[in-house]
Amino acid sequence: MSLVTIIYGSLFYFATLILFAGIAYRIYEYATIPAPLKIPTPPAPKTKRGVAVRLFREVVFFESLFHSAKWTWLFGWLFHFALLLAFFRHLRYATDPVWFWVSWEIVQAAGHYAAYMMLLGLLGLLVRRIFVDRVRHISAPSDYLILFLIIGIALSGLLMKWYPTDIFALKQFILGLIYFNWSELPSDFMLLLHLGLVLLLMIIFPYSKLLHAPGLFFSPTRNQTDTARDSRHIADWARKLES
Amino acid sequence: MAVKEFEKPELKEYSDVPLLEKKATAHLAPFKSKEEFQSSLGYPGELVDNWQDAALDKMGDLLKKYRSLRVYLDSCIQCGACTDKCHYYLGTKDPSNMPVGRQNLLRSVYRRYFTLPGKYFPKLVGAVDLTKEVLDDWYSYYHQCSQCRRCAVFCPMGIDTAEISMAAREIMDSVGVGQKYCNEIIGKVHKIGNNLGLPEPALADTLEGLEEDVKDEIDIDVKYPLDQKDSDILLVTPSADFFAEPHVDGLIGYGKVFHQAGLSWTLSSHASEAANFGMFIGSYANMRKLAMRIREAALDLNVKRIVFGECGHAWRVAYSFLNTLAGPFDFLDPKYPVPQHICEVTYDLIQKNVLQFDKSANDDMVVTYHDSCNVARASNMGDVIGGQFTIPRDIIRATTNHFYDMDESTIKEKTFCCGGGGGLLTDDLMELRMKGALPRMEALKRVVDDYGVTHMAAICAICKSQFSKALGYYGFEIDQIISLHQLVGNALIMNKKEL
Repeated sequence: MSLVTIIYGSLFYFATLILFAGIAYRIYEYATIPAPLKIPTPPAPKTKRGVAVRLFREVVFFESLFHSAKWTWLFGWLFHFALLLAFFRHLRYATDPVWFWVSWEIVQAAGHYAAYMMLLGLLGLLVRRIFVDRVRHISAPSDYLILFLIIGIALSGLLMKWYPTDIFALKQFILGLIYFNWSELPSDFMLLLHLGLVLLLMIIFPYSKLLHAPGLFFSPTRNQTDTARDSRHIADWARKLES
Repeated sequence: MAVKEFEKPELKEYSDVPLLEKKATAHLAPFKSKEEFQSSLGYPGELVDNWQDAALDKMGDLLKKYRSLRVYLDSCIQCGACTDKCHYYLGTKDPSNMPVGRQNLLRSVYRRYFTLPGKYFPKLVGAVDLTKEVLDDWYSYYHQCSQCRRCAVFCPMGIDTAEISMAAREIMDSVGVGQKYCNEIIGKVHKIGNNLGLPEPALADTLEGLEEDVKDEIDIDVKYPLDQKDSDILLVTPSADFFAEPHVDGLIGYGKVFHQAGLSWTLSSHASEAANFGMFIGSYANMRKLAMRIREAALDLNVKRIVFGECGHAWRVAYSFLNTLAGPFDFLDPKYPVPQHICEVTYDLIQKNVLQFDKSANDDMVVTYHDSCNVARASNMGDVIGGQFTIPRDIIRATTNHFYDMDESTIKEKTFCCGGGGGLLTDDLMELRMKGALPRMEALKRVVDDYGVTHMAAICAICKSQFSKALGYYGFEIDQIISLHQLVGNALIMNKKEL
C-alpha cells in the first residue's frame, strides 16, 4: 500500500467524519436553540405546508436572491445547480453496480458540461466580489479563499479530461474506503489535487459560512408560520419569566 | 438641541446606489442613558469594569436563547445582496450601514470568541477582538439601524439585521451602555403608563377637549372614553395620538368609526401607550413588562376585545408578540382575533356596509400610502396573506377618490423605512434621520411629479413624526403627512342613523 493511498484514505475518513458529525452537531444546536418570538417575513405562510413550499422555492430557485440581486442570483444559481449535476455524475465512482439513472447518458453528459457552468458561475461571483465596491468592502480573505478552493476543485476536475487517470482503479479505491477493503489510489497529480481540495472543503464545511446550507432551514424569518394570534408561541426560558 | 450642519442629500429623479464612504457616519451616536434610567430597567448605570467578559457572557447567553442570532451569525455568505437595500446606507454611504456591514460588527466578535477558525486564524476570517473601539462602533452603528427588516426580505438566507441589532443593544445595555431616548421612554411607561409621561388627569383632560373639538366641528357627541369599565373594546393607541398633528386626527377618526358603528369602547390610563420600546432595545423582559400593562388593563376594565391604533412597531409587538408575551387571552371574546388593528375593525365595518363615506370630503387631497416597515414586514392584518398591504389601501380607496401608489420597489414588503424607527426618533440623531428618509422622499417626489400627489397617509406614530420633519427638510410641506383614519374621519357619513 503506497503512502499516498494511506494518507488519502485516512484523510477521507477524517474529512467524512468532520463533515457529517460537524453538520449533525450544528443541526442539533440550531434545532435545540429556541426561537422565542414569531418573526416570519412576508409573504409569510399560514401553514406548515406553506412553509415547506416557501423553503422549497428558496432552496431550489433562490427566490429571495432573485428579487434582490439578479447577477448574484444568476452566478450563484448556476454554480449551485452545476454542483448538483457534477455530484450526480460522480456517483458512478461510489456506487456498484452504478445506479441506473446515474449511468444515463444525459446525467453523465450534464455532469460534464456542469464543470464549465460551475466555473462560469464561480468566476462571476469572484468578479463581483472584486469589482463591486460594496462587496469588496465586506470580503474577508476567507471569502476569496473559499471561492478559489471551489474554482480549484472545478478546474482540476475538468482538467482530468486532458490529464486522465485510471478511473477503474480510482473506483476500486473509493469502494474500498466504503467497504473497508482498501485498494491503491492512482497517484496522478491532477487527481490528487482534485481529491485533496475536496477533502479540504469537507473539513472546513462545518466551521465556515458553508453552514448557510443547513442554516437556511433554521432561519426563523423563513421557516415560521404566521400564526401568532391563533396559537400561543412561547419558549421554555420565556415561560419561566411568568412564574 | 441644535443640529450640526451636514450635507443635504440631493433628491434625484431615479435613486441610485452610492459609492461607499468609509466611516461617513461613525460620528453619529445618540446620547447615552443616565444611571437612573439604566437602573430602573435593570441595567448597570455606567460601563462596568469587566465589560469585555460581561459582554461576551451576555452574547453567549443570547446565542443560547435566540436561534435567529446564532443561525444568522453563522449563515451569512457575504454575498452582498443586501448591500444596497438599507435606507441608511443609501442616505449616508457609510458601508457599516450596509446590512451585512452592520452585522459584521457583531459577527467579527462572535467569530473571534465563539468559533474555531476565529480563535486560531482571526485575520483569515475577519474576526476581531472586542476592544473599546469596537464597542464604540457598536454603539454608533447599532443605533443607526431602525430594525425595519428590509434587508431580511432580500437576504437569500432570511438574515434579519434587526435581530442582530436588538441583540447588540441588549448586550450594550447589560454592560451599562444604554441609549437615553429609548431607556428614558421605557422608564416613563413603567412608571406612568405612556411614552409621553402623560398622567391620568392630563389624559382625561385632553380627551375631554377632543370631544369638544369634534362636537364643535360636526355637532355630534362623539365620545372619547377613558377607563370605562365593561366596555366592549379596549383601544390601545400610541400616546402621540393624544397630542400632536397629524396623529390626533387619526384618533378623532377612530372615535368616529366606533361612534357610527355603535361600538362601546374605552381607552385605558394604565395602558395608555401602544408603543413598546422594549423591542427596540432587544429586551424580552422589558418588552414583556410593558405588554403586561395591556393585559392588566383588559382584565381590569373587563373588556371583550383589544384594538390597537395606528402605530407600526406597536402593531408588530401586538400582532406577533402579544400572545407570546402576555397571553393567553382566553378571557376575551373568541369571535375576534387578539389583538385587532383599528384598520381591521374599520375594514370589516366597511365590508358589512355599516360605514358609508362621502369620498368628496377628501377631494382636496391626492393620496399615496406609506407602508410602515413594522406593519409591512413584521405583521399582518385580516386573515389572508398580504392583508397588511391590501386592507389599508382598500380603506383609502373607500374614503378618497384619488389614490396612487409609489414605485413598486418602495412599497409593501419592499417599503422603505421612514428613517426614524427602531428607537432613533430623537433629535440627537437628526442627521441620520434626514439622510435615512432619502429613499422614501425620492419615491414620494416621483408620485408628486407624476400624479400630483398632495398627501401621504401612514399608520405609524413614528412615521408621522419623522415625516413631519423630513418633508420640510426635503422641500415638501410638513402637513403632507396624514393619518389614515383622518381620511376615514373626514369622509365618514355620521348622520346615517338619524336619516
